[in-house]
Amino acid sequence: MRTFAKGLTGLLGFFLLWEITVQAGVLPDYWVPPASEVATTFVELLGDREFLLGVVATLLAWLIALGVAIGIGVPAGLLLGSVPALQSASRALIEFLRPIPAVALIPLVMVTIGSGPDAKITLAVYAAVWPILFNTIYAFGEIDPVLLDSARATGANRRQALTWVALPHAAPFIFTGVRVAASIALIAVISVEYIAASEVGLGRYILEGGMNNGHLDQVMAGTVLAGLAGWAINSALVGSGKRLFRWADTEERATR
Amino acid sequence: MSTMLEVSGLTHQYGRGERAHVAVRDLTFTIEAGQLACIVGPSGCGKSTLLRCISGLIPATGGSVRLHGDEVSGVPDDLAVVFQDYSRSLFPWLTVAKNVEFPLRWQQVSKADRRRRAAEVLESVGLAGVGKKYPWQLSGGMQQRVSIARALVSRPALLLMDEPFASVDAQTRGELEDLTRRVQRDLGSTILLVTHDIDESVYLADRVLVLSKSPAAIVADLTIDLPAERDQITTRESEQFVSLRGEVARLLQSPQVQRTGETAPETPATAGSDAAHGAASADAADSATTDSAKAAAAEAVESPDETAASRS
Repeated sequence: MRTFAKGLTGLLGFFLLWEITVQAGVLPDYWVPPASEVATTFVELLGDREFLLGVVATLLAWLIALGVAIGIGVPAGLLLGSVPALQSASRALIEFLRPIPAVALIPLVMVTIGSGPDAKITLAVYAAVWPILFNTIYAFGEIDPVLLDSARATGANRRQALTWVALPHAAPFIFTGVRVAASIALIAVISVEYIAASEVGLGRYILEGGMNNGHLDQVMAGTVLAGLAGWAINSALVGSGKRLFRWADTEERATR
Repeated sequence: MSTMLEVSGLTHQYGRGERAHVAVRDLTFTIEAGQLACIVGPSGCGKSTLLRCISGLIPATGGSVRLHGDEVSGVPDDLAVVFQDYSRSLFPWLTVAKNVEFPLRWQQVSKADRRRRAAEVLESVGLAGVGKKYPWQLSGGMQQRVSIARALVSRPALLLMDEPFASVDAQTRGELEDLTRRVQRDLGSTILLVTHDIDESVYLADRVLVLSKSPAAIVADLTIDLPAERDQITTRESEQFVSLRGEVARLLQSPQVQRTGETAPETPATAGSDAAHGAASADAADSATTDSAKAAAAEAVESPDETAASRS
């Protein structure tokens, strides 16, 4: 709770600095609207049904994309992490695909899938699958052999040892991958909405604000909402991760 | 006394061809039911490999292991292992009680029974009431007690312990040694414990098998006929203990132990039961000497190894 209060102080300080610089004329207000104006627009937007539907569309696309990325990344990582031959065979392909930014694939996706919700979901899945995949591979590749031996020495067979020992052991690593992927997926969804000119969504709204006689307060309010959403998602995941995997970050204490 | 464990011609090598490393070569010995036997040998002599082969965690590349007559392939149901590194061996996401119950998951034991047996065995290792804690909330010695409890919960016929007290402080070590002897006597279990600590092997065991450097071969099989009731201070002071530990130390420094690598001669060890009966009346130190002399003689006569023959 104290770190939360500290974070909030920092955030308020930033808005205050923004307001002062604009009001004092350091930055021209037709270029950067003052924080108070953005805040007013922001509050107005929260009552705007169409805008809220756009936000819901964005978050829904994000949630589906993250779910699909987990559905692909975890089993694939499990397979690659436990079968070394498969991992070395796929390494070149993965290292080729991974650095390609999701936005660079927009033209390809627009041609093949179009610019509907499935397009942004596809690209967000593409962007988000990597951290999940890599963390899962790492978690299964790095599992302590003593831990698996301990499980097998109790009479567990391979499948039981995998389910009841390797998987819980890997869970915190995978969860960290999911947390990183969550932010990446949100960025990807909004970027695609913006660049591919989707019909609905937060990115679309920000784009409209920019095109529409330079409604910069609208652009900024949308951006602030995107930032807040990302922050809320990350905090929620960090919090639940700490609660779920209390043993993981206390592991070094065991060696006393 | 019936034979619990029968190891014959056990050989294990890592890798193949030129780069193969023979960790254990042609080991033969038996452990009788109810015995507490210690295997002592220099570090890196292949003790852990031996234990992993016996437990069925890795298939040996040669020879056979029989647990009360059944060939071991894969981990047998009535065998349990305690590893040296408790912090890597206990499951940190499970409570102490759940850790202890773990082996019962694979058996037809009801949930209530599992809970009851875990509580019982925790009490017998002196950990009543900590079931709800997590292993990482306990001290090292307590964590190793949890490991021992987990190994005992399925009432194994044979308990294997791999350097179980090497990671705890001296005081705790003594407590755990006494715990092991008490539990072994109470449950009548058979224990095979691997250690590099001479004093520990003599203090704990009914019988000490001395291993040579890698590839491991048995150079001596000593009967430890110290009184069953042992005490960390008085037992260790006793003349018998001192001469036995001297005997083991001398064996470990002898050329047959210190010889290196591939020139290793093969040493068939005699079964423990004969030696045990012979030694019962004789002075322990004397019988120890006799046993090792026997082993050395056997080595000289029976060694089919070319290099060993050319040496002698």
